[in-house]
Amino acid sequence: MTDLVTIEHLVKYFDIGPNQRVHAVDDISLNIGEREILGLVGESGSGKSTLGKAVVGLYNKTGGRVTFKGEALPQKYTPQDFQKHAKNMQMIFQDPYSSLNPRMTVGEIIGEGLRLHSTLDTAQVRERVADWLVRVGLEADHMSRYPHEFSGGQRQRIGIARALILEPEFVVCDEPISALDVSVQAQVVNLLDELKQSMGLTLLFIAHDLSMVRYVSDRMAVMYLGSVVEIGTADQVFFQPKHPYTKILVGSNPEPDPQHERERPSTTISGEIPSPVNVPPGCRFANRCPEVMDQCRVETPELIELTDATNDTNARQVACHLFS
Amino acid sequence: MSKPILSVNDLAVEFDTYGGTVQAVRGVSFDVEAGKTLAIVGESGCGKSVTVQSIMGLIPMPPGRITAGTAMLRGTDIIGRKTIDGEDIRGGQIGMIFQDPMTSLNPTMNIGSQIAETLTVHRGYSKKQAFARAVELLELTKIPEPDKRAKQYPFEFSGGMLQRAMIAMAIACEPPILIADEPTTALDVTIQAQILDLLRDLQRENGMSIILITHDLGVVARMAEHVLVMYAGQMVEHGSVDDIFYRSGHPYTMGLRAAMPSNDPEAEARLTPIEGSPPDLFHPPSGCGYCARCPYAMQVCLDQPPMAHALGDGHQARCWLHHESNTQVVEGITMPGAGA
Repeated sequence: MTDLVTIEHLVKYFDIGPNQRVHAVDDISLNIGEREILGLVGESGSGKSTLGKAVVGLYNKTGGRVTFKGEALPQKYTPQDFQKHAKNMQMIFQDPYSSLNPRMTVGEIIGEGLRLHSTLDTAQVRERVADWLVRVGLEADHMSRYPHEFSGGQRQRIGIARALILEPEFVVCDEPISALDVSVQAQVVNLLDELKQSMGLTLLFIAHDLSMVRYVSDRMAVMYLGSVVEIGTADQVFFQPKHPYTKILVGSNPEPDPQHERERPSTTISGEIPSPVNVPPGCRFANRCPEVMDQCRVETPELIELTDATNDTNARQVACHLFS
Repeated sequence: MSKPILSVNDLAVEFDTYGGTVQAVRGVSFDVEAGKTLAIVGESGCGKSVTVQSIMGLIPMPPGRITAGTAMLRGTDIIGRKTIDGEDIRGGQIGMIFQDPMTSLNPTMNIGSQIAETLTVHRGYSKKQAFARAVELLELTKIPEPDKRAKQYPFEFSGGMLQRAMIAMAIACEPPILIADEPTTALDVTIQAQILDLLRDLQRENGMSIILITHDLGVVARMAEHVLVMYAGQMVEHGSVDDIFYRSGHPYTMGLRAAMPSNDPEAEARLTPIEGSPPDLFHPPSGCGYCARCPYAMQVCLDQPPMAHALGDGHQARCWLHHESNTQVVEGITMPGAGA
């Protein structure tokens, strides 16, 4: 599998005052293969959304680089850069309520990309918008309505149509289903899956619902406090987690199976994710880790490949001193 | 089945709006047993929060109206009452924690005083006694450095810590019943696990009953003994947690389970979404509320509302499939007399 997007040592800091910066994304390297779905999980504040936004250029990068089909993307996007890259990379946002302009009709929202990036005339744009409305399970005459007239699931479909109408190759989905009810989540996930199949999309799927990410993704990366602690195929990470944090994350995930829940040992950990403002040296998980060693508080663990991965093309990587 | 501590019967609630009258809850009945957890599950807008808010007397009237039903707490109907045996129901007899701890606490009061307020109001503690007890309660909910934390304000707390503080406030008067309305929806999964563990420990220690409102079936499986599934303002299925998960008797309950990814590595089945959306409660359908989305809907489902059919052992489902004259066999649906 060739890589469509590669992320090399990506860093994104936010300056919040004198000598204070939020280490939102700190030296992350990932690659996303063509037509692959890479799931990205982690708690709030772990930097998942920042990573996604930095990759598509919505945030300027503090350091590192991102390449798309071998071409390096600019460190800081200019309007011309957006003009050039928006056709290839799009984003679907978390909150279907605040991410659609309430003063634009659905037709204007979905068609805006075409008006800016294509040479189609108004009638052709309308036609394409109508096609897309049907394609995402709405009706063509919904075009003249406003976002407030739709339910959360329908708005998320509008957000999907808006992102995909330019037929991008790569889409960042930032928690596309978190705000939706269970029955509607499945509708949206299946829609994304169908569109992925028919358009050959590559997705970076950000979410905190582990079961859903395992279901959706080919590979899964786990983030903690701005760095990636484990990467592997979705099933490997979910069923045989290696990193102590991943183990706790999987163990905390409640499963809809009362029998299983009664028999499972409690895996809760005390404490909460520390502030990313002044990150201590060493492993970022050290202060909560049940298997912490002296070394962890001094030396930052690098992602290392696990050798027992049996002839797997996507090697499994863990950033933990237990495995070095 | 032991004697219920709270028994809600045929509750119905309406709201007047500019668009007409919304029938938010249309005849809901359930029992809460002492020391047990009842989970109320359903989609947004199904009436689960309105149900408990009307028990607590938190429905603004107008525009709200409780049109029918009783809620018997130890033999007294508490609908429309503020006190029972001279004691406040809200806070004293029933404690409540809310979904969003960030907006449910007063940002201008320190945490300790907010907890202490409950005790001065309901228990007549002096301010000093109440504050000392508040610190003990913070310790009980496993907040580190409770003396220091009690003097801090909500903005200095994280989401998980605020939820612990809210639990401390809700259990301050040792109410026999605690209502938790989506207590962990706004929290991360590791913090959610901590809060659920805390609720279970507190329940074990002082034997309170919990009414847990959630839409997360994983949380239900972890916490509940009994489950009430609601749809469009009505009960669709009610039973023990095992009945609901392993012997579902209603197509909606089955649909909810099929819409979630299974964590079985072998099962690679596609998710089966429930197509469509819930009915408009301005004009609730005359038949079954779910029939427009139900894959097994029959003519009778459109015409007449189904009654609750007993499936044995307190398990009941409101579905025409269980009627004795139904001949349609649906795979996976527990029929009366089949399992048990």
